[in-house]
Amino acid sequence: MKLITAVIKPFKIDDVKEALKAAGVQGITVTEVRGFGRQGGHTETYRGAEYQIDFVPKAKVELVVDDSNVNTVLDVITKAAATGKIGDGKIWVTNVEQVIRIRTGEQGPDAI
Amino acid sequence: MFSAATIDSGATAWVLVSAALVAFMTPGLAFFYGGMVRSKNVLGMLMQNVFAMGLISVLWALVGFSLAFGGTGSLIGNFDFVAMKGLGTLAELPGYTGDFALVVPVLAFFGYQMMFAVITPALITGATADRLKFGAYAILIGAWSVIVYPVVAHWVFSPNGWLFKRGALDFAGGAVVHINAGAAALAVIMVLGNRRSWPREAMPPHNLPFTMLGTGILWFGWFGFNAGSALAANGLAAQALVNTHLAAAAAMLSWLAIEKVKTGHFTTLGAASGAVAGLVAITPCAGFVGGVAPIIIGLAAGIVCYLALRLKLMLKLDDSLDVIAVHLVGGILGSVLLGLFSDTSVNALGFDGAFFGGGTELLVNQVIAVVATFAFSFVVTYAVARVLNATMGIRVSPEDELAGLDQSQHAEAAYQA
Repeated sequence: MKLITAVIKPFKIDDVKEALKAAGVQGITVTEVRGFGRQGGHTETYRGAEYQIDFVPKAKVELVVDDSNVNTVLDVITKAAATGKIGDGKIWVTNVEQVIRIRTGEQGPDAI
Repeated sequence: MFSAATIDSGATAWVLVSAALVAFMTPGLAFFYGGMVRSKNVLGMLMQNVFAMGLISVLWALVGFSLAFGGTGSLIGNFDFVAMKGLGTLAELPGYTGDFALVVPVLAFFGYQMMFAVITPALITGATADRLKFGAYAILIGAWSVIVYPVVAHWVFSPNGWLFKRGALDFAGGAVVHINAGAAALAVIMVLGNRRSWPREAMPPHNLPFTMLGTGILWFGWFGFNAGSALAANGLAAQALVNTHLAAAAAMLSWLAIEKVKTGHFTTLGAASGAVAGLVAITPCAGFVGGVAPIIIGLAAGIVCYLALRLKLMLKLDDSLDVIAVHLVGGILGSVLLGLFSDTSVNALGFDGAFFGGGTELLVNQVIAVVATFAFSFVVTYAVARVLNATMGIRVSPEDELAGLDQSQHAEAAYQA
């Protein structure tokens, strides 16, 4: 089982969600985060003073998938989240030790 | 028992309403400033402003009013009206006689003036944001409201005061409120020190919608502040209302214009700040000028106060929310421009300024009033701040400054996750 974490542009959440659902994914978790990679920040002006704001608002999407699904899901997210402009984000994959469905107590791949 | 014949019911109704309008300005100021600080300090700012409504009101009733308006002295009042003694039935307030006779009950005048006394020290909180200990703040403004504010109010507002008798004009408190508070703010921040990470760290406003709402409340309340100072429901009050509004409007436009030229943007904070700068500048002038003078004064205020923003960087003084640029500079600008634009055809109890055939006499008196107010307020406030700092310390600890005032001073969090 793998945890797929994707940091994407916030306005792309809906596109990614719909694409994942269409691919059969049954659940995701979304958090609002700030971050920067190679995309620069922006400038804000308050009473003549310019502030360089490094952080850019992003959305973090997390989902646990079966090993066999990883490549499909990576492909789905990449296509749905891309705009072609800087700041599209990154996805990474980590190992998951255990998954439990709280309501039923199912464990392992059955709980995904 | 006062003669009912001298009480004008329209004037009384208007002054009572104006007292409520000015009272509303203190919570308005709280949100104007509160929106501009970081979220960890918003309650600290709101608390300082709202607390002034509690402490200063009581001190005003006990001793402040008497020191400002009692007796016939020219430098200070007396203790005749301590704890509001006799105010409910007093026929005439010292000095308010003849042309200056009140047509509202003395108690209405007392109540109205109380709201001015409350908001004036609250203005200081903008300069000292994010680092002033609450207990020290309370003692500072408490002392200030007894030994500084009533003195300046007496000099300028009371017909017995020496600046009034010289012929200096201040319709609603350009000197008494704005120069007074601005000078005090400067004095306190010189003792308090700059915020630890200023100006290196970016500390943008956490809630500009609050600031905009606060601006609206201040603008609304200012009609009571300026037009209520006519102490009558008549053409002069109407002129003051119109002047107030036009100055705010013009100043907003000129601030936005210069901001666009200098930074390339029109900002909401700029619109709000411009309007407030215009309101400050018109405060001394409100019932003495007419025609397009308020527009000119407003246009000047927007430009001059915007340019004054750089003072704090030049002086390396962390006047966090620009109290000096807006209130001190704006108050001085308005007071001096009054020496040019004052027109006795608007208010026969005023004097003509340089542009209306009065020569330089009024202008000179205005400058004297500005200098005297600034010097007195600055020196005394600086002394009080130094004493407080040496005894209890006025600045929060570095850990408390990092944690934020809300948590460190009030054990509260403004926004629960």
